[in-house]
Amino acid sequence: MEILSLLPHEPVQWAWGVVLFWLALGFTIQLPQASRNLRSGLVFPIGALGALAVAGIGVAGLILPTSVMILPIGLPDLLFHLRLDALSAFFMVLLGSAAFGVTVYASGYFRNLTAGPLALLAMWYHVFLASMVMVMLADDAYTFMVSWEAMALSSYFLVTTDHKIPEIRRAGFLYLLIAHVGSIALLLAFGLLQGGHGDYTFNAMRLVEITPYWASMVYLLALFGFGAKAGLVPLHVWLPEAHPAAPSPVSALMSGVMLKTAIYGLLRLTFDLLNIRIAWWGTLALALGLVTALYGVIFAAVQSDMKRLLAWSSIENIGVILAAFGLTLIFYTDGKGALAALTLTALLYHALNHAFFKGLLFVGTGSVLHATGVRNMGYLGGLIRFMPWTAWLTLVGALAIAGLPPLNGFVSEWLLLQAFLLTPSLSKPYLNMIIPVAAATVALAAALAAYVMVKFYGVIFLGQPRAPTLQEAHDAGWAERLGMVWLAGGCVLLGLLPTQVILWIEPAVRMLVWDALPSGGHWLFLTPVSSDRASYAPLIFFAVVAGVLLLTFFWVRRIYHGRVRRSDPWDCGYPEQDARMQDSAEGFGQPIRQIFEVFIQAERDTPDPFERKPRYRGASVDKLWFIFYAPIARVVNWLSDQAGRMQHGRIQWYLIYSFATLIVLLVFTQ
Amino acid sequence: MSTGIVLQFAQTLLAVLLAPLLMGWVNQCRAWLQGRSAPPITQPYRTLRKLFHKDAVIAHNASPLFRFAPYMIFACMALAAGIVPTIANDLPFSPAADVIALVGIFALARVFLALAAMDIGTSFGSLGARREMLVAFLAEPALLMVFFTASLISHSTELPVIVTALAHRDFAIYPSLAFAGVAFWMVSVAENARIPVDNPATHLELTMIHEAMILEYSARHLALIEWAVALKLFTYSALGIALFMPWGIAVQGSFAALPLALLAMLAKLLLGGALLAFIEAISAKVRLFRVPEFLGTAFLLAVLGMLIHFLLEV
Repeated sequence: MEILSLLPHEPVQWAWGVVLFWLALGFTIQLPQASRNLRSGLVFPIGALGALAVAGIGVAGLILPTSVMILPIGLPDLLFHLRLDALSAFFMVLLGSAAFGVTVYASGYFRNLTAGPLALLAMWYHVFLASMVMVMLADDAYTFMVSWEAMALSSYFLVTTDHKIPEIRRAGFLYLLIAHVGSIALLLAFGLLQGGHGDYTFNAMRLVEITPYWASMVYLLALFGFGAKAGLVPLHVWLPEAHPAAPSPVSALMSGVMLKTAIYGLLRLTFDLLNIRIAWWGTLALALGLVTALYGVIFAAVQSDMKRLLAWSSIENIGVILAAFGLTLIFYTDGKGALAALTLTALLYHALNHAFFKGLLFVGTGSVLHATGVRNMGYLGGLIRFMPWTAWLTLVGALAIAGLPPLNGFVSEWLLLQAFLLTPSLSKPYLNMIIPVAAATVALAAALAAYVMVKFYGVIFLGQPRAPTLQEAHDAGWAERLGMVWLAGGCVLLGLLPTQVILWIEPAVRMLVWDALPSGGHWLFLTPVSSDRASYAPLIFFAVVAGVLLLTFFWVRRIYHGRVRRSDPWDCGYPEQDARMQDSAEGFGQPIRQIFEVFIQAERDTPDPFERKPRYRGASVDKLWFIFYAPIARVVNWLSDQAGRMQHGRIQWYLIYSFATLIVLLVFTQ
Repeated sequence: MSTGIVLQFAQTLLAVLLAPLLMGWVNQCRAWLQGRSAPPITQPYRTLRKLFHKDAVIAHNASPLFRFAPYMIFACMALAAGIVPTIANDLPFSPAADVIALVGIFALARVFLALAAMDIGTSFGSLGARREMLVAFLAEPALLMVFFTASLISHSTELPVIVTALAHRDFAIYPSLAFAGVAFWMVSVAENARIPVDNPATHLELTMIHEAMILEYSARHLALIEWAVALKLFTYSALGIALFMPWGIAVQGSFAALPLALLAMLAKLLLGGALLAFIEAISAKVRLFRVPEFLGTAFLLAVLGMLIHFLLEV
C-alpha cells in the first residue's frame, strides 16, 4: 500500500508518464548500445503499448474529474502546466486508439528497413506521438506552442524520410513553410488572448475580459493558424503534397490524428479560452468548411495517385468537421444548447471516425505500395485476388468513409444532417436561408465521397491487373493485418454502437457547450432529439440485412442450385481486349473534371494517332495555387531580391549597418 | 407489438412478391403505348424462374465480391421495402432506419453494384459503374433534399410520422411539396434507370448505364439483381405515394383497415405505373452529359423546395 500511494494516481500524471516513455524509447534506440532486437523490430510494438495506454488514460479522463500538474521544466517564471480535462481526454482516446492500430501496422511495414534509417524514423515517430499528446495536455500557451512546434518538426522529418527524392524535399519544405505561417498566427492569437497581463497560463486567459473586437481578432487568427494545420481551403496546398510523400503509417497518423489536433485547438480556444463568442464566427466557419468539403472531394475525384486521393479526401472530411464546428457556434450563440450539443457530438464523432477509416485506408495503400511499389492507380488493378486481406479490410474503410450504413461514417453524417433539420427554430432569418443550402452542400459532398471511394477501390483492387508484375503481389504480413483489423474493427464498432459512444463522449460535449443530448432512450436506438423526431438503430439494421442476405442465399441454394460454370468474360465479339482497356483512374474522374472544370486546371498530353508507343499524360492542377500562392511567392521573391542588394559579404558594410541601426535607435528613443 | 411484427413481415413479403408484377405492368403499358403487342403481366416472374434454373456462368477472374454483391443488393432492397409504408404505417421496424438511412440503404446497394461491375475488368463494366456513380452523386443529395422538405413540414425524419403528418394535414397547398414532388419524380426516373436518363430496354453502349453494369451477370445472380431492380421501382413508387398521396393508408396497426389500404395502394400503383410508362413513351433519352443538367435541375428544385418552406411555411 505504501508503494501504491507513491505511484502517480492522476490521469494527467500517467499521460505525462507515457510521453516520457515514448521520448525515452525514441532516444534509446539512437544509442549504439541499444539491443539489436529493439532496433530491428521491437520498437514499434513497445510504442504501440504506449498508444494503448494513452487511449486508456483518455477513457479514464472522460470519467474522472479534471486533473492538473505543473512540471519543473520550462521558463523560470512559466513552468510547463499540464491539464487533462474531458476535451483533452476525448482527443487522447482518438489519438491512442488510432495510433495503436497504425503503430502495430508500422511494426510490420518497416520490417525491411535497415537499422540506421529505422532508428531515426522510430525516434521521430515516437517524438511525433509524444508531442501530439503534449499539445492535448498543454495548459499554458508556452507549452502549447513548444509542443505544437515539436509536432510540426517531427512530422516534417517523417515526411522527408525519403529525402533523396527532390519532390519529397519540396513537399516537406511546403509543409514546413505553411506550418510556420500558421504557428505565427497562433502565437499572435495567444498574445492577444493574455490581454496585456503577461500571464500565459490558460487559466489566466479564461479570466481575461476581452472586447468583442479583439476576441474576433483572436478567433480569426486562430482560424487561420489552426486552419493551416487542418488543411482549410485555401491553406490546404501542403496537404496533398506532404501526406503522400510520407511513409504510409506516418500519412495515416498525419491524416487521422494530426489534423485533429488543429480541431482540438480550435475547440479549446473558441469554447474554452475565449469567454465571448459572436454569431458571425459560426457562419464564417460554416461557409469555409463547406467550401473546403466540396473543394476537397472534387479534387479527390480527379486524382490518379492513390495517396494523394486520400489526402484530398482528408481535406473534405476536415471541411465537414469545420462545418459542424460552425453550426455548433451558430447554435450556441443563438442560445440553443441542446442543438449545439448535437452538432458538437457529430463533430467529435466524425473526428473519431475519420481517425479510424482514414488511418485504415492509408495503411491499406501502404500495403499496396509495399507489394507493388506503385502509387499511381493507372498501374494497379485486380489486387483483391492477390491481396485478399488488404483488399477486404480496405473495403470496410472505403464503405465507412463513403458514409454508408451501418458503418461509422454514416452515424456522424446522420447526426449532422439531423442538426440541419432542426434549424427552423433559429432566431436570425438569414441563417434560415443559409442552412438549406448548407445541408445540400453537405449531402452533395457525401454523395461525391461515395463516387471517390468507388473509384479508389474499384481501380486499385478490382478489375484486371494493369501490369503483369502485379500477379506476384504479396499480401500484408501478420502485424500489418493485425493493425488493419484493429482499425476496421473500430469502424464497425463505432458504426454499430453509436448510443454507447455518444454516452461516452458526453463529458467532452458537456464541458464545452454546457448541454448534452437527451439520454434515457433505448440503448438500441439512437434518438438524438426524441424518438418520434428521428431514430436509427444500426444493430437492427445490420441484423436485418445480414438475415435477409443469409435467408436469400440458403433459399436460392435449397430451392434451386448453386452450380457455377467458369468462362471468359463477354468480349463483345472483339477478342483482343486487354487490361489496358479498362477504365483508368483518369477516365473514372473525367465526368467530375468536366462538370467542375471551373475549379480545375487540366493539363493533358494526348498522343498522336500514329505513334507507335502512345503515351497519355493528364494532370489536374489546383487553380488556387496560381491565384493565391504564385503571386505571394513572386512578391516574397522580389522582396528578398531587394534585401539581397544590401548583402555584399563584406564585413565593413555589416558594421556600418549595425552602426546605422544603433544611431537610428538612439534617435528614436530620444 | 405482435400485430405490428406480423404486419411488418406481411408488408415486406408483399412488396417482394408484388414488385415484379409492377414491373410487368409498366412494361405492358409501355408496349401498348408504343403500339406493340404486350407481354403478359406475369412475364417478369417467368423470367426470374427461368434465370434461377440456369447454371451461373462467371468469368475466370471473378472475385468473391462479384458473387456476394447480388445477395447484398437484394437484401438492401428488401430492407428498404420493409421501411417504406405501403399498406400499413405503424411498423415496428421503422424506428431502426429513418429517411436518411433509407437514402443510405440505396447508396449501399448502388456502391456494391458499381464495385461488382468493376470486378471483372471489362470496359463495359467500369463504364457503367462510372456512369452510375455520376448519376448517383447528384440524384442522392436531391432525394435527401426532397426528404428534408417533407421532414421539415412534419418535424420528423421518421417515415411513419411523416406519412401521418402528411395524410392528416388540412388540405392546404404546400408550394414546397410541389417543388419536392417534381424533384422526386426526376430523381426516381434517374435512380430506376428509366427514360430519359437511361433506357432499360437497350444494350447500346453509347447510352446504357444500368445494363452495362450487369452485363457479366447470369442465372441466379442476374435474377436477384433483376428482382432487386423491380423492388427498387416498387419502393420508389411506394415512397412517392407515401409522401405525396398518402390517403387511404392504415395509420394504426389494425387489420380492419388493411383491405381498403391494400386496394388503395394497388390502385395508386397501377396509376403510377401507367403514368411512368406514359412519360417514358413521350420522352426521348437525353445525351449522357445532359444527365447532370437534368439531375442538377432536380437538385436545385429540391433545394428551392426547402428554401420555400423556410420562407413561406415556417
